[in-house]
Amino acid sequence: MSTATRSLPRAIGAHAILLTYTAIALFPVILVVMNSFKSRVGIFGAPLTPPTPKTFDLIGYTTVIGQGDFIHYFQNSLVVTVASLFFVLLFGAMAAFALSEYRFRGNTMMGLYLALGIMIPIRLGTVAILQLMVATGLVNTLTALILVYTAQGLPLAIFILSEFMKQVSSDLKNAGRIDGLSEYTIFFRLVLPLVRPSMATVAVFTMIPIWNDLWFPLILAPSEETKTVTLGAQLFLGQFVTNWNAILAALSLAILPVLILYVIFSRQLIRGITSGAVK
Amino acid sequence: MGSLKIENVKKAFGPVEVLKGIDLEVTDGEFVVFVGPSGCGKSTLLRVIAGLEDSTSGRVLIDGTDVSVTPPAKRGIAMVFQTYALYPHLTVKNNMALGLKQAGTPAAEIERRIKIASAMLSLEPYIERRPAELSGGQRQRVAIGRAVVREPKLFLFDEPLSNLDAALRVNTRLEIAQLHRRLKATMIYVTHDQVEAMTLADKIVVLNAGRIEQIGSPMELYNSPANEFVAGFIGSPKMNFVDGARLGETAKTIGVRPEHVTVDANSGAWKGTVVHAEHLGADTNLYLDCEKAGLITVRIFGVYNAETGATLYATPDAAKTYRFGPDGKVLK
Ligand SMILES: Nc1ncnc2c1ncn2[C@@H]1O[C@H](COP(=O)(O)OP(=O)(O)OP(=O)(O)O)[C@@H](O)[C@H]1O
Ligand SMILES: [Mg+2]
Repeated sequence: MSTATRSLPRAIGAHAILLTYTAIALFPVILVVMNSFKSRVGIFGAPLTPPTPKTFDLIGYTTVIGQGDFIHYFQNSLVVTVASLFFVLLFGAMAAFALSEYRFRGNTMMGLYLALGIMIPIRLGTVAILQLMVATGLVNTLTALILVYTAQGLPLAIFILSEFMKQVSSDLKNAGRIDGLSEYTIFFRLVLPLVRPSMATVAVFTMIPIWNDLWFPLILAPSEETKTVTLGAQLFLGQFVTNWNAILAALSLAILPVLILYVIFSRQLIRGITSGAVK
Repeated sequence: MGSLKIENVKKAFGPVEVLKGIDLEVTDGEFVVFVGPSGCGKSTLLRVIAGLEDSTSGRVLIDGTDVSVTPPAKRGIAMVFQTYALYPHLTVKNNMALGLKQAGTPAAEIERRIKIASAMLSLEPYIERRPAELSGGQRQRVAIGRAVVREPKLFLFDEPLSNLDAALRVNTRLEIAQLHRRLKATMIYVTHDQVEAMTLADKIVVLNAGRIEQIGSPMELYNSPANEFVAGFIGSPKMNFVDGARLGETAKTIGVRPEHVTVDANSGAWKGTVVHAEHLGADTNLYLDCEKAGLITVRIFGVYNAETGATLYATPDAAKTYRFGPDGKVLK
């Protein structure tokens, strides 16, 4: 922005609004992180104050890490999220390319069928999915979760990506065809780099619900071997006593990996939001 | 090498017939221009020739061989697009090299061809740049360079100049004309700019609604249009058409080009008032509302001072008047 288009009152106004919004959005997160560093008495005595030397306590973290399996739960969550994300992006982009690029019979019907998944929550099919997993012996494996999450993420990915793929210049694809590039090369080398910002958008939207999900890990993979972080954290939610220190510490730790993935995608994401506005 | 024959090519998108039976022959080394109004199927025909689109029926022969099942890369063609369509992630050099690499051309040969093409199109200063770092004119020259290095039998251009500004368009037009002279290659060029068509073409193909209206050299089309559509499409400003009945003629429509009408302040065939005058320096366009002929355009060479509202008499040159029948065809 040039200095000529900047005006001080408007800048202050805009920043005030944005800062207020940021504060509201971050408040719960900060509360969780803050309290995770406090002793039990500190948490209940003054939940809204930051840890003081008197209330500072790492008991939550030591409990979580001392639990031993927690690193393993993290690993499980990460494997499931990254693998599902990879398959959603790969298959989503390929399906979107086919739907937007090729004219074939049933193209529109296929697109509608695939988009249907956006409106029907996959959890409605839980019983059938469970039966399927039992029949195929996939219960208590990470594969089961990856398959389900891939299916869950695909509809929205295909829907968003095919819109973006339609905008990729057909002249460019045709130039590739005349130069003898295969359809795969055209897809991977010409089209994918151009829709990368929208891929990042899809990645973020897909990743967060998978990381946070409790439902399918609980039903399909509750074994000690395959527990994810969200499921693992339930450990501390007792029927009579709840170990708040440990829960808050586990939740704080669970934020980290998503945060890292988000930072990786966010540079692309910002380009995705502004692309088209600035050519 | 480099001849093209199209036999009764039809193309439909679902129920919509876009090409309704095209027959065309292009001999080696010819520069053929397709012109026609927007949506008449010029690009579609070009894409059928390139193999980017399958025709619904009919045959396309390049050098006498039917290429209906040959993929675009194997047809010996090169295409230049309106939107340049350069590979954004490759340098100018690699943009030109990609097609050759795909075809398995030896590296030394690729190098040699790129050298020649970039010298021809003055691309050397930015050979290592990416498309994003080039101006529109430079990009289009790279796109032309990418076509040249393939040494195709057939060059296909789809409105290559329409994204350029007026001055650059003239320059690039000259460059394409020189390229054609130097390479002696067969070129097919789509445009709806009739100046481009008239200046570049050996042969113009006028298309309208999926049919060929007329094929001929620029002067043939200008001097003896086959029908009302071609007469109106070729020439600028457009030919004047007057209802025959209003003039007491037997023909359905009478046509006369604006440059074949003279005006006089005192006497002439059609009395009219000046509605508007356009002064272009080298010539003047007058719009006259005539009692007998309706609104007509007159093109006068040089400067002519006419006030709006003034009364003038227009006289068409009888030898250069066209008579059209009810079906739009020229009456002999
Ligand atoms: N993929 C397609 N599906 C359906 N209809 C199409 C398709 N491509 C082109 N058409 C139709 O075919 C007709 C001819 O299109 P074409 O692009 O050949 O026109 P054109 O003569 O090149 O026009 P312009 O001068 O505007 O480029 C148009 O009416 C267009 O709507
Ligand atoms: Mg076109």
